[in-house]
Amino acid sequence: MPPKTKPKFLSRPSNSESGQVHPNIISMDNFCAWYGDFQALHNLKLDIPENRVTAFIGPSGCGKSTLLKWINRMNDIVPGARASGKLVLPDIDILSRSTDVVALRRRIGIVFQKPNPFPKSIFDNIAFGPRLHFAKLSKSDLDDLVEWALKKAALWNEVKDRLNKSALGLSGGQQQRLCIARAIAVGPDILLMDEPCSALDPASTARIEDLIFELREQYSIVIVTHNMQQAARCSDRTAFFFEGKIIEEGETEDVFTRPKEQQTEDYVTGKFG
Amino acid sequence: MFWSFIPYQDELMATADNTANQKPVCLQRREFRSLAATRFREWFILAALACCTLFTVLITVTIVCLLVGQTFQFFSMPETSITDFLFGLKWSPTLGNEKLFGIWPLICGTMLVTVIAMLVALPLGLVTAIYLSEYAPQRLRNVLKPILELLAGIPTVVYGFFALVVITPALQAVGLQVDFYNAISAGIAVGILCLPTVASLSEDALRAVPRRLREAAYGLGGTKFDVSLKVVVPAALSGIISAFLLAAARAIGETMIVAMAAGALAKLTFDPRQQIQTMTGHMASTATGDISNFDVRYYSIYAVALVLFFITLSLTVIGNIVRRRFQEAYD
Repeated sequence: MPPKTKPKFLSRPSNSESGQVHPNIISMDNFCAWYGDFQALHNLKLDIPENRVTAFIGPSGCGKSTLLKWINRMNDIVPGARASGKLVLPDIDILSRSTDVVALRRRIGIVFQKPNPFPKSIFDNIAFGPRLHFAKLSKSDLDDLVEWALKKAALWNEVKDRLNKSALGLSGGQQQRLCIARAIAVGPDILLMDEPCSALDPASTARIEDLIFELREQYSIVIVTHNMQQAARCSDRTAFFFEGKIIEEGETEDVFTRPKEQQTEDYVTGKFG
Repeated sequence: MFWSFIPYQDELMATADNTANQKPVCLQRREFRSLAATRFREWFILAALACCTLFTVLITVTIVCLLVGQTFQFFSMPETSITDFLFGLKWSPTLGNEKLFGIWPLICGTMLVTVIAMLVALPLGLVTAIYLSEYAPQRLRNVLKPILELLAGIPTVVYGFFALVVITPALQAVGLQVDFYNAISAGIAVGILCLPTVASLSEDALRAVPRRLREAAYGLGGTKFDVSLKVVVPAALSGIISAFLLAAARAIGETMIVAMAAGALAKLTFDPRQQIQTMTGHMASTATGDISNFDVRYYSIYAVALVLFFITLSLTVIGNIVRRRFQEAYD
């Protein structure tokens, strides 16, 4: 893989300047979510554009991860979690009871905070999703797919000689790229990332950020992050959450350099959080 | 102001106030507990714990010494020899003029019952464990698990009767040509006895699989069945194997059920419909019979017990090795 220059948001054409139109892939309106009696999210209204990186920022406990996990209904396995309002893809009502979560999660992949490879070989980790979903999967098809996914996640060169070794032998950063490869191997449209770099060292973080920037050509990415610089570096749009509400959202450049709300300014300049 | 919405601002302000005040009284007085007393207490607790541990070790050593000593007695008798014992294929200590002490018919009987018991306990126990760990809602699990563990509390003599008056007639009713005493009924009863061990320990192993592995599999679009069978069970496999070995050790050592329901005729057979005798069955019937303490048959139970001890010991050791691997499986 040729060396890339690090994306810097100031030198990069923003969504509006580039003149490209990115239709919304996820829209929500009046979206509320609860854990038991505790209301975690209040009347959210947000549109997430296609093939862009949208960052959710905000202090701990502000509900950004909760929203992320509702987008592919990961909260289904959390007892007491429920939601109301509108949360839709162009063709699917995510919250509807009749929505098949298997099909939904095939379209919306997720990468977690802590790398969570299965205690299986590197190959089997990537092949896990395809084996679940694809009918008539020949050995050579699967080999191609695994190679493609690992290349896409910029991991192929490091692991191509040890595909049959346990994934737990990889470093934290490699494990996280493996998880990204595993998520894209089932062919999703959307990738959700829940603080994907918070357990990683700065060098691994930089590689993942490069990767995220690269992947947005083909995937719509939603990333939750505690790290303001990370949001500034690798996202196109940013939504600032506080106490279960979206305080401000817009182009990343605007949110970071010309925030409309005082709270946003305090947060992005590091006065609290 | 920017901090007007910081949730913990009151506490911040309170801390600032306190620093102006004096230290709390106990920090001023600095009256500490006696270090000598603390050290003595630590020493005493260490000694007490060591004594308790030593006690269990002593008991084990005594039992092994007894077994080995009496086994020597057995082999020093004119009717016996170690080669016949270890390689002989006939066990008939009572009938006829010639007393034969070949251990294999008893080992065969024990293995027959154990294999049948495990064929019952492993699939049932594993399915139960998967249901309890992955499918059952919290409240149902809280009710079901104690009930399951209650099965382990039923006296084994009850299982023995259960085998005789329920399982054997039921097998005959479905057309199986079984003797009144037979290996299969005893095996099924032992299997039911082992079921809670397998289910409970396997469930612990399944629940110990980190949540993040389940989340990963659900996130890739796995169904509950996919997640359970392709991620959770493989990740917990070593724990399940060690549960299985523990249950097998228990089945091998189980005495009452086989003494009551399996029969008392040591036979080298793999036909579970016939009556057989297990090692424990032989020991129970000999120990409770009217056999003189100096009879060769009396000493034979120690030799058999020693063999049994080595079999269960090796199973325990294997179980421990597997469990050690299990701790490394994920992390």
